[in-house]
Amino acid sequence: MIPVCRTEDLPEGGAVRIEIDATTPAIAVFRSEGVLYALDDRCSHQDASLSEGWVEGCQVECPLHAALFDLRTGRPSCLPARRPVRTHEVTEADGMIHVRPAARGTAVREDAYA
Amino acid sequence: MRTVTVVGASLAGLYAARALRGEGFDGRLVIVGAERHRPYDRPPLSKSFLTQRPPAAMELEDLRLCDQDEEDALAAEWHLGTRATALDTAARTVTVDDGRTVRPLRTDGVVIATGAVPRTLPGPPLAGVHVLRTYDDAHALRTALHDGTPRVVVIGGGFIGAEAASSCAALGLPVTVVEAAPLPLVPQLGPDLARICADLHAGHGVRLLCGTGVAGLRDDGTGRVRAVELADGRLLDADLVIVGIGVRPAADWLTGSGLPLDDGVVCDAGGMTSVPQVVAAGDVARCAGVRTEHWTGATEQPATAVRNLLAGSTVARHEAPPYFWSDQYGVRLQLAGRPGPRDAVRIVEGDPGERSFLAVCERDGRTTAAFAVDRPRPFMRLRRRLATGPPGDRGPSGTPAAPAGAPGAASWPYCSAASGRRCAGPTPGV
Repeated sequence: MIPVCRTEDLPEGGAVRIEIDATTPAIAVFRSEGVLYALDDRCSHQDASLSEGWVEGCQVECPLHAALFDLRTGRPSCLPARRPVRTHEVTEADGMIHVRPAARGTAVREDAYA
Repeated sequence: MRTVTVVGASLAGLYAARALRGEGFDGRLVIVGAERHRPYDRPPLSKSFLTQRPPAAMELEDLRLCDQDEEDALAAEWHLGTRATALDTAARTVTVDDGRTVRPLRTDGVVIATGAVPRTLPGPPLAGVHVLRTYDDAHALRTALHDGTPRVVVIGGGFIGAEAASSCAALGLPVTVVEAAPLPLVPQLGPDLARICADLHAGHGVRLLCGTGVAGLRDDGTGRVRAVELADGRLLDADLVIVGIGVRPAADWLTGSGLPLDDGVVCDAGGMTSVPQVVAAGDVARCAGVRTEHWTGATEQPATAVRNLLAGSTVARHEAPPYFWSDQYGVRLQLAGRPGPRDAVRIVEGDPGERSFLAVCERDGRTTAAFAVDRPRPFMRLRRRLATGPPGDRGPSGTPAAPAGAPGAASWPYCSAASGRRCAGPTPGV
């Protein structure tokens, strides 16, 4: 597990972007309606950071072109994004938030192509 | 309406086709595109597309807007590499020319989405002189940029010119930008923000020459450009010239159609022309007196235009404030709204000197526009507020509505999380 931040550093509706190493895509961790989510930070449409997006319910809206992604599955729910982003396991314990990055090369689930 | 013809197969045309199927149109859908390519996304063409070196570079496939599954679901009849040459609203035909034959296509409704074409300089075409609009343009430019170390002159300091110059600078090429106005982008941004953008050039070793027009291009005697001659007599040596002096709406083919044309197809705020069976969207459409040339407009306007086309009258209006972004010199610029020339500019956060700030333009106590350099998150909040009006205008819950035309506006459910692999379009042959 990789530490993300302290609990108080990720308030409701907020997002934190973490870079792990040069070969792992950055991960965005969100807190929405009390639940934590972790997705690849880069929008699957074009170069934009989802951690800078608008979080509402279980969705995040890309700040560049307003593509929506489901925080639970990483699936896009509207254009212009067509491909899902990967999701990652995220935990919160003892005042710290951690993520476990999905194994490298983990394909986003094929059925995520809606 | 049994047949609808979408003229234009780029962003606005594709979004119109999606909107037609999204609205439940299950008739014959014909898409006519002058380019031979399937719909692709153009914004990267002036940015990463130019800087990546073949063979690891981005190709057409990476830019496609629509995959095979969606294309199948759209169940459209594609006429690509085919130019529309005339519209006859009385006979209900669109005349098309595929280079071999010219023939009329019968149709009940028409969506005009032919976009715009780059303005060019007068004079005979010279090798080494490029425009940047289509994939073919960008591919030719990239090939030339990666051949040796050409000295580049960019004519026009607008967004395309600035992005192209930024890409050339990133490749380590010597670049000069020539701008006829005293400062680029003043009409779009107002003088204060335009100054900040102009300073980005010098900060990255690009020379910006303002206040002088171009008198002409000099050739080397073999039909290749050798220099750019400025109106003040100066000569700029150039191996490669990029002409970025704006676009004109691709509406020439409508001359004689009876549709009012005035810097584009004249239509109301809902994209309706003077003929109820004809709507327009995207760069070619002059809606309620305003023509925009932005990616976002081309994705939002078609949904409105298509609703009105199917309703037979203006039942929906496109009112979202304009929004665009530009990536240049390693920063992201974003503008939403319509800044006026005399608006007061207030820096809300950050520092222009550090190339990271958020500004608002204000007039008579109202916010007219938001502009950001590398501040996407707070910019997004402001953009949403611009789209929904001041806080007092919000609904009872106080929750801002989504900007018009943003999520949900295009109801083609092909990509919806709830729809799975469901195909909303009709089966072929219906």
